[in-house]
Amino acid sequence: MATYEPVIGFEVHTELSTATKIFCGCDITYGAPPNTQVCPICLGMPGVLPVLNRQAIEYTIRTAIALNCEITERTVFDRKNYYYPDLPKNYQISQNYASLGLNGYVDLDVNGTTKRVRINNVHLEEDAGKLIHPDIPGADYSLVDLNRAGTALIEIVSEPDIDNADEALAYMQTLKNLLEYIEVSDCKMQEGRLRFEVNISVREVGTKTLGTKVEIKNLNSMKTALKCIEYETRRQSDALNRGEKIIQETRLWDEAVGATRAMRSKEDAHDYRYFPDPDLVEVHITPEWREEVRAHLPELQDAKRRRFVEEYGLPEYDARVLTSAKKTATYYEHAVAAHKNPKSLSNWMMTEVLRELNARDVEADEFPLKSEGLASIVRMIDEGKISGKIAKDVFAKAVETGRAPEEIVQSEGLLQVSDTGEIEKFVDEAIAENPDMVAKIQGGNAKTIQALVGQVMKKSRGKANPALVNELINRKLQS
Amino acid sequence: MAELSEEQVRDVAMLSRLELTDDEIRHYTKDLGSILGYVEQLNELDTSSVLPTSHSFHVENVFREDIVRPSLSNEEALANAPDHEDECFKVPAVLQDGGGA
Repeated sequence: MATYEPVIGFEVHTELSTATKIFCGCDITYGAPPNTQVCPICLGMPGVLPVLNRQAIEYTIRTAIALNCEITERTVFDRKNYYYPDLPKNYQISQNYASLGLNGYVDLDVNGTTKRVRINNVHLEEDAGKLIHPDIPGADYSLVDLNRAGTALIEIVSEPDIDNADEALAYMQTLKNLLEYIEVSDCKMQEGRLRFEVNISVREVGTKTLGTKVEIKNLNSMKTALKCIEYETRRQSDALNRGEKIIQETRLWDEAVGATRAMRSKEDAHDYRYFPDPDLVEVHITPEWREEVRAHLPELQDAKRRRFVEEYGLPEYDARVLTSAKKTATYYEHAVAAHKNPKSLSNWMMTEVLRELNARDVEADEFPLKSEGLASIVRMIDEGKISGKIAKDVFAKAVETGRAPEEIVQSEGLLQVSDTGEIEKFVDEAIAENPDMVAKIQGGNAKTIQALVGQVMKKSRGKANPALVNELINRKLQS
Repeated sequence: MAELSEEQVRDVAMLSRLELTDDEIRHYTKDLGSILGYVEQLNELDTSSVLPTSHSFHVENVFREDIVRPSLSNEEALANAPDHEDECFKVPAVLQDGGGA
């Protein structure tokens, strides 16, 4: 039996963060009632004229530049013709003959080594509507919501340069991160704003000839894409080992089964009969325009990482972790703006916050504790109002309930006791109750002091100021 | 001139979701064939030094600004639909296969 390895390429779709659709002024805010963000243009009524959204073109130029593409100076839009109910015009406006960006690349960091993946092209098109399949057994109809139809959509097509699941994950993460950094899309995957399609073939290890590729649609998360790559590698390898041929086809990922399945065969499915859309005129991207977009690129990850080291005095490692996602970096910067203790905030980010984000599988902008809340926890520690230990409890409670940390500290009486009289009472009790510890300390065993401090902390239910306790014990036992 | 075959007409009809009788197929094979033949006269011109063009006049960079304009109401949007349900257009059942964007 031969051993096979996968050869993977990606088609990534992302909806742009414009305010309106690509060819009309309909709002694209997510979650509106069905068919309330539609107009004669995006409904495909006869006689209407699409007019291109300038911002959508700018975002596409920005994306193409960030992916190191050549910018096509004169670009046009084409009609991709097919019949499907989510597409009211019976054609999708896309770019087939002159994609806006060509021949780019993106560098991935895969377990410490750099891997370059070539980008074949970046182009701009319109999204389709949404089909709803009624949850009624045997229902012989579908429902169509066209709010999404006409949303500006970028497609990024890679070359088949990805060799394994690790690289595939790095590619998806790097691309998502880049799109967020250049502020062209919020990439909210749960809202379908970033979607992946995988092209995959297998070849015998050690050979260079590409096998027959299969295209897989319907991958709504990175995890799903990885499962699909693993599944397809095995399916295609097994088929070849049985002496079968791989059929070039489009398959769908079926999450319920954890497998891909062939789409019903439509021999004509790929005959899209592209032709230039006569309703839209040429877009001329002059070198001046291109350079202006380049000059106004938002701060990218590397630049932000270097700035975090310089401006906040963070170690390189901290800066790298904090800038690994744009939303995490923004959260951190807001926290530092609210309380100027960059290193302490960084420590909290890298331990508590990132752990909770991972556990909840959310991004920093959706975290129940806002950056100001984190800043207030660190401020209370710095001002001696709460101990580090209490701070962790406050953090956990704030994340759990969404309550403000100050309010938790106030209402639950967690303020640190720095009143010498009150602490002295606990210290006296602890000394009286632990004569053996006292003997050891007086015998020169410095470590035991910590054990005695612990006894006092316990009596104060964690609220005594540990530095003060330490000082009091020392003073009392020396005298 | 290349002859248009009945098979090609059937393919085009299928792609356009048109149901044609055998008589109509024969009819359109002849009609479409003569239209193509007429257009084919253009091939007699030497266009090797002319750039592909999609417009007869040269206008470029026509844009709109990214500003929200009022949409139709749900009632207006659905007014011409043969059938609707729950604020949506109602269409014959489609499986999740397909869709292009």
